[in-house]
Amino acid sequence: MVMGDLLREVDAVVVGGGPGGYSAAFRAAELGLDTVVVDAGKRLGGACLFEGCIPSKALLHVAQVVHEVERAKEIGVEYGEPKISIETLRAWKDDRVIGKLARGLDGVALRRGVEVIGGRAVFEGSSALRVEGDTPQKIVFKHAIVATGSLPAVLPGLGSGTAGVMDSTGALELADVPAELLVIGGGYVGLELGTVYAALGSHVTLVEMTDGLLPGVDRDLVQPLARRIDKLFAAVHLRSKVAAVREAAGRVEVQIEGQEARSFDRVLVAVGRRAQSTGLGLESTRVQIDERGVIGIDERCRTADPRVFAVGDVTGEPMLAHRAMRQGRIAAEVIAGRASEFDNVAVPAVVFTDPEVAWCGLTEREANEANRPVKVARFQWAASGRAATLARSDGLTKLIVDPESGRVLGVGVVGPGAGELIAEGALAVETAALAEDVAATIHAHPTLSETFMEAAQSLLAGG
Amino acid sequence: MARQFVLPDLGEGLTEAEIVAVLVREGDVIQEDAPLLEVETDKAQVQIPSPVGGRVEKIHVEAGQTVKVGAVLVTFADVESGAVAAAPDRGSVATPPSPAMPPSVAAPPSAATPPSVAPAAPSSRSGPVPATPSTRRLARELGVDLRAVLPTGPGGRVTDDDVRAAAARASTPARAAPPRPAPAAATPLAPAALAPPLPRFEQWGPVERAPLSHLRRTIAERMTLSASLIPHVTHFDRADITDLDALIRNNLEAARARGVTLTLTGFLLKAAAVALGAHPQFNASLDTASGELILKRYHHLGVAVATERGLIVPVIRDVDKKPLLAVARELAALAQRVREGKATLDDLRGGTFTITNIGALGGTGAIPIINYPEVAILAVARAREEAVVRGGTIVPRLILPLTLTFDHRVADGADGARLAADLVRLLEHPDQLLLEL
Repeated sequence: MVMGDLLREVDAVVVGGGPGGYSAAFRAAELGLDTVVVDAGKRLGGACLFEGCIPSKALLHVAQVVHEVERAKEIGVEYGEPKISIETLRAWKDDRVIGKLARGLDGVALRRGVEVIGGRAVFEGSSALRVEGDTPQKIVFKHAIVATGSLPAVLPGLGSGTAGVMDSTGALELADVPAELLVIGGGYVGLELGTVYAALGSHVTLVEMTDGLLPGVDRDLVQPLARRIDKLFAAVHLRSKVAAVREAAGRVEVQIEGQEARSFDRVLVAVGRRAQSTGLGLESTRVQIDERGVIGIDERCRTADPRVFAVGDVTGEPMLAHRAMRQGRIAAEVIAGRASEFDNVAVPAVVFTDPEVAWCGLTEREANEANRPVKVARFQWAASGRAATLARSDGLTKLIVDPESGRVLGVGVVGPGAGELIAEGALAVETAALAEDVAATIHAHPTLSETFMEAAQSLLAGG
Repeated sequence: MARQFVLPDLGEGLTEAEIVAVLVREGDVIQEDAPLLEVETDKAQVQIPSPVGGRVEKIHVEAGQTVKVGAVLVTFADVESGAVAAAPDRGSVATPPSPAMPPSVAAPPSAATPPSVAPAAPSSRSGPVPATPSTRRLARELGVDLRAVLPTGPGGRVTDDDVRAAAARASTPARAAPPRPAPAAATPLAPAALAPPLPRFEQWGPVERAPLSHLRRTIAERMTLSASLIPHVTHFDRADITDLDALIRNNLEAARARGVTLTLTGFLLKAAAVALGAHPQFNASLDTASGELILKRYHHLGVAVATERGLIVPVIRDVDKKPLLAVARELAALAQRVREGKATLDDLRGGTFTITNIGALGGTGAIPIINYPEVAILAVARAREEAVVRGGTIVPRLILPLTLTFDHRVADGADGARLAADLVRLLEHPDQLLLEL
């Protein structure tokens, strides 16, 4: 340390201001620990708020409005063609959605006495880090929580750096609405953003390497979405790879294997995310990082270094904000000496497409792969009164149940509002509820939530 | 008929044990209750007898290994019929409790009660134990391993009551043992995480690293807990035990004829029990959660015993109700069991007050640390002949230095001084003590 440097001593320093980081910091402060957050952007919210969950859901809301208006024609209500003002839309997303939530987080930080320091954190051993940036300083800590998140994955040969090629962050900035958009990757990011651009008027082509959309998810949950995507997108190429991407006359020329080269106005690369653990000086600590950049932690979010904890995407899959938030609270509680641990059984996952797809706990595919006997109950929304009144019968609710005890091990839902419905499934799985408990709980009629009860009742029909 | 024997719930929040010795070999045919393994827990070194008779098919552990509750220790073949039902062969780790076994299926192992097999959670053993998040938190706080709890909820769900029952089984008769504090961070020894990192000692010369034994670790954690949680206050006093010493000497032979060695510690125990009866707040535990002082209507006194492995505190029950000779006899037997590593968990818990006699090793006094969750501890150093002025004359008297350390949250200095004064009075006037025996 040179003369004139700022030196701070804290109980806990949180590196990264995303959902995992701010949850950890708020909880730590609540438990009486002197806590600061170091964030490169000097802001709370992270990728989730500024370039992920929140902006994508704001845009998906717009897509939903457009689609609802289209569907209204079928039931006798016509509005004419939508006129989209991209400036108004972008301003709404940036100021009224992101800005409002960001100010809210800043307010919480102020009230809890959590200071957010702008700059890049570089560890100097297991008890200190330096902050590089406008206000360089050294922070001596009792405990550190690494919550640096993840970045969109970059694959060689997919035109990284080429004009017109963007990742999810770029796509969410909504610079313009390209006439022809190619989406590489049929996971949730590609499908959500493809849906947004299709609703705004783009012709969307999707390329997916495996033989189906949303690899890993139960096929019966994907099917209604796949049918919708087939109509919404100009083309979907499964079992296909992109061989080459290059700039050509202001457009992007793409060679899909086995097809003729085609040009697009923009290309969205959505092939996953990778843990962000480099450039942090973690090699000066005892933290263990694997070849994918993932920091190894135990169920108490402790790394191999007794003073350093890690939470969220930087600790690997599932890279979901709500998992990071739970981990953040646990890390803070463990540091405060509480007997907390990440013992959660159900981490719900939601794809915010139309229809939405959501699941939690054990999937049917996982049960099959593990040769674990399960009973599966499916309830088709074609038999739901509420789905009929919404003119949306393209849904399915399924329960995966232990055949011996009748315990709910997993839940899957596809259909509009699946992301909200899965909360009940997560509660059932986490509290080890039986199908009988779900079947005997009164669900309001007519609602989509009844499908959960109906599925459970179908399992008990013979008993 | 084959079955697997798992490390049972050891109680008192113990979740693992170190295998000290395996006393059988694969292929041996052994009787029920024959010694099977010797294990060392945080509390004691105990022998685990075989729950069944049969042939030892496979031994899954070896000496020096640390195993968790629920881990398979031994597989038996040709188990004598009538003992227990066969283990399901679906890769299940444990067998269901048998009707032939005593009802306390997860009782702590002891020489007297053979440990029975830990109950299996019904259905799938893989994956999480079914319980609500709040129940799981309760189990963590009480130091209960969910896998070793017998579930009573629907579909094999572990309930809060199941967890509390498992904790109570493992606790003292009065109430559940205090929850173990969660270690603050990654190192196996909790306090290390809070301490600043150590320098590289190698830079000044060669070093050697020796792993801590279970017992050492437990002592470290317990002492840290006590020292950091309890505001300790210590009171010094001295007792003139010239007369008591004479009484002991004069009766040594008579006592020996009845198979008892009279010692000062025996009298200390009785005197302490009598004094505690008049000062009940020192025979108590502070419940900070409820804001209550738990006054114990029994006087189970612990005596610190130095062993090769470390400090162990066996407990003599109902010292106030037992005659002096019975207390002395029990003390001798208990100390021997402890030194031989044969103490049972029941020998070591339920104490209400602790006495440590460091006289044998010399010194002029010591300030002990309270044995959490007790309120007070008495240390005595070596008694020495001193020149004492009595009525203007210098006389040689045998003086015993006493140190009473107690929890200042529970009692004040004056209270401690009164307890010490009562103790001194009883020790200085064995005739008065006799009235209480």
